[in-house]
Amino acid sequence: MKSLEELKALRDKMKSQTDNRAVAGSDETIVKVGMATCGIAAGARPVLTALLDEAEKRQLHNVSISQTGCIGLCRLEPIVEVFQGGQKYTYVLMTPDKAKRVIAEHIVNGNPVAEYLIGNN
Amino acid sequence: MRELALNVLDIAENSLAAGAKHIAIALTADFSAGRMRISIEDDGCGMDEKTLAKVTDPFTTSRTTRSVGMGIPLFKYSAESTGGSFGIRSVKGEGTYIFAEYVIGHIDRMPLGDFGGVVLQLVTMNPQVDFTVTVKCGEEEGVLDTREIKEILGDIPVDAPEVRAFLKDYIRENLVRLYGGRL
Repeated sequence: MKSLEELKALRDKMKSQTDNRAVAGSDETIVKVGMATCGIAAGARPVLTALLDEAEKRQLHNVSISQTGCIGLCRLEPIVEVFQGGQKYTYVLMTPDKAKRVIAEHIVNGNPVAEYLIGNN
Repeated sequence: MRELALNVLDIAENSLAAGAKHIAIALTADFSAGRMRISIEDDGCGMDEKTLAKVTDPFTTSRTTRSVGMGIPLFKYSAESTGGSFGIRSVKGEGTYIFAEYVIGHIDRMPLGDFGGVVLQLVTMNPQVDFTVTVKCGEEEGVLDTREIKEILGDIPVDAPEVRAFLKDYIRENLVRLYGGRL
């Protein structure tokens, strides 16, 4: 069973590693998921989990994924906002599978997934 | 809402919006009595009596985008529709305590759902806030206290991917295992 002793070992291991992560700078991508009652009820939690898991799998260190409150478009929830290069992209009616595609095509390769953007829904 | 765990997330979001620095979430199940109880306590800004009196009304909300707020009404309904009970206490400037009690075997009781996932999300997405999560099933008790975790971690952030992976397993083995599949 996982115990706090194991956490201490993990801490020591992490401390001994040189930090090779990209320093958060201007190239950092920010991803926000609406997590108010409307978002939660529409399935925002699995979407956020999918984003985090995918970012972890791909070792994306210059991406910050966080949650936010009601974005004001409850009928289009779950909503994912991506802030990249001074631009904001609003993805609507998201699912875990769509979220994975956004990570792969937009966050990693820089091509926004037009069909999920708000203008096309 | 299709899972009680999502109600917990939703209510905890209220605590975060209230500027809480510490949030205590407790899940207690007594299978012999057929009852379970969920409570959330915070040290946020609290509410005055006037707000408290109408907080279970869906047409009361603190948000500004529109005048409907479903979080607390849905939580209340989830408990009362099973023959359980609901209560909320709040003191302006001190914090809020909210609980819901369920009849486990009632046909209208929603499944608990991914409670562990909700705890993981709350803890890792809000590193500036401390959480104490307690699960009690009969004699067994499991606790996750982020103050302990952060003390051990020192300057390593609680939302680092490696720590998140650890917490995911820790929550599953120390909290979720206790009721495992029965709620």
